[in-house]
Amino acid sequence: MTETRISRRFAECAAAGRPALVTFVMAGDPDLETSLAVAKTLAASGADVIELGMPFSDPMADGPAIQAAGQRALKGGQTMARTLDLVRRFRESDATTPIVLMGYYNPIYVRGSEAFVAEAKDAGVDGLIIVDLPPEADDELCLPALGAGLNFIRLATPTTDDRRLPAVLANTSGFVYYVSITGITGSAAPDATKVAEAVGRIKRHTGLPVAVGFGVRDAATAREIGRNADGVVVGSALVAAIAASLDADGRATAKTVPAIGTLVADLASGVRAARLAAE
Amino acid sequence: MNTTPNSLRNGPDDRGFFGLYGGRFVAETLMPLILELEQAYADAKADPSFEAELSALSTHYAGRPSALYYAERLTEWCREKSGGKFGAEIWFKREELNHTGSHKINNCLGQILLARRMGKTRIIAETGAGQHGVASATVSARFGLPCMVYMGAVDVERQKPNVFRMKLLGAEVTPVTSGAGTLKDAMNEALRDWVTNVADTYYLIGTAAGPHPYPAMVRDFQSVIGSETKAQFFAQKGKLPDTVVACIGGGSNAIGLFHPFLDDPSVEIVGVEAGGHGIDVENGHAASMTGGRPGVLHGNRTYLLQDGDGQILEGHSISAGLDYPGVGPEHSWLKDTGRVSYVPATDKEALEAFQVCSRLEGIIPALEPSHALAHVLKMAPTMDKDKSIVLCLSGRGDKDVFSVADHLGETM
Repeated sequence: MTETRISRRFAECAAAGRPALVTFVMAGDPDLETSLAVAKTLAASGADVIELGMPFSDPMADGPAIQAAGQRALKGGQTMARTLDLVRRFRESDATTPIVLMGYYNPIYVRGSEAFVAEAKDAGVDGLIIVDLPPEADDELCLPALGAGLNFIRLATPTTDDRRLPAVLANTSGFVYYVSITGITGSAAPDATKVAEAVGRIKRHTGLPVAVGFGVRDAATAREIGRNADGVVVGSALVAAIAASLDADGRATAKTVPAIGTLVADLASGVRAARLAAE
Repeated sequence: MNTTPNSLRNGPDDRGFFGLYGGRFVAETLMPLILELEQAYADAKADPSFEAELSALSTHYAGRPSALYYAERLTEWCREKSGGKFGAEIWFKREELNHTGSHKINNCLGQILLARRMGKTRIIAETGAGQHGVASATVSARFGLPCMVYMGAVDVERQKPNVFRMKLLGAEVTPVTSGAGTLKDAMNEALRDWVTNVADTYYLIGTAAGPHPYPAMVRDFQSVIGSETKAQFFAQKGKLPDTVVACIGGGSNAIGLFHPFLDDPSVEIVGVEAGGHGIDVENGHAASMTGGRPGVLHGNRTYLLQDGDGQILEGHSISAGLDYPGVGPEHSWLKDTGRVSYVPATDKEALEAFQVCSRLEGIIPALEPSHALAHVLKMAPTMDKDKSIVLCLSGRGDKDVFSVADHLGETM
């Protein structure tokens, strides 16, 4: 695949001798305007890649924090059209920060895969992570997405053994997302030694950058994981920070956007120190 | 597996699809497990000792074969309604007489033997009405394995007797409060448990849905219903029944009854979905095929109740066992091919059938098959007297007496 915003960003981070900070928030949490302000703040505070969750009623791979974020977004009226609109508006002021949409297949399937990838590309989306589409289902969305010039980022997990890894990597592009634990998002902290081994194993099979997520919630963990990984993904901790900033009725407050800015700046300092610690 | 060309019994294909439906839409963490399960099930099917063990347990533990019973008074009642001119014979396949009181034990015995073959040491299950939860807890007790049952918090409330049964059997029941707290949310939570505890845990899915190979495997274990029905009916009448009818939530008792009859074109096949407050009432029913459209949920593509943006709706049924926004993928395929007719029955109709059956036959049916019976009571009076309908009486109604009393305004 040709160069994309994602490949350029990972290359820049590698040249700077540090892992990329990949941040996840739910699109429309708790409302569209706040969510746009959050996305801009992520980019301004040190996030290298932004993953936007596409809310779904039945997020089977997510823990309580991201489940609740999706519910808040849906309650706030978020739809796929609004999520694409959010990306379009973000792109008006930011032409370089990669945006990856992450979620489940059904809201895409009902729109039609071909129509969806065209709309997403047009809005300024760079890649997709779809949790419930394994490589066995590549004809559903992965191939149309690649055809439209979007990266299709696959999850590799501790259960993905060497036999299976080539199939998982075959149509993966942009980066590989290594899920550091068997479990749902926001679970226990990963074991850094095991993660380093797994990252090494994946890198023997691919030249793509490997980002590690699930269970990374603070700068210290980000720094430790970032010693070996090309990227560190933080999601539940950010989403929980949004939740903590809301008022009793679940609405955004003056604290919401600054809370994200503070946390991301801290995480960014963690990944920037990652390789220093290794020396 | 039957491999006759043009047979309707050949599915799924090797990727787990029945036409457009089915498949394996799961997170990568689960994919290797699903493939391992598929292999283990293929090995088990090829091993005569597996079949022998299952057959012995079915006979001596579950009480198979279940009776095929001629419901004489209900038949007469329908004939009187037609003015004496019409009225097909109504027969019950008495799955409610099985150990644990429903057809669910058929599938649970098969899967627990498979779990043991695979060396799994912990069982998880989801349940709606509690029938599958009770059956899972039962086989887990029988084989000494710890069992965790996920059940929507709303269902825990409306199915208290079954919750206590599961606890008596040594299972742990986890009420699920996410979403609307019903069956689909219980299934989400069971999937979250499975993805977390992949090494030692076996997910005992209760219906003919979920990622491949579950829909085919659960169907195979439930097909004993239809195979027995065919043989028993032939033994008594020397022919095939004219119509077979079953209720559909996920559709495991239905596919079990239907599958052995799919290649018998003279047999009309009818599945009855939960019409709730009525098909026209938005989000007021659980009839995914009558009132939904294709989508992807819980590992398979199938008809789903969903809004225009692909968000899954909760649906509604008086029966916790039918209150599911999806349906097994083979049913979706059978609907599209036209081989099976799928029709709704409302809460009210099911409640009436529940009472009529109790009074006329001395059998208190579960609310789930009461939906199928409601449709039988509509169709039987329009059919000739020499025709026969077999209904799968999939469960007994003891679990429902409290909620029925509630609906009838009785205090207990």
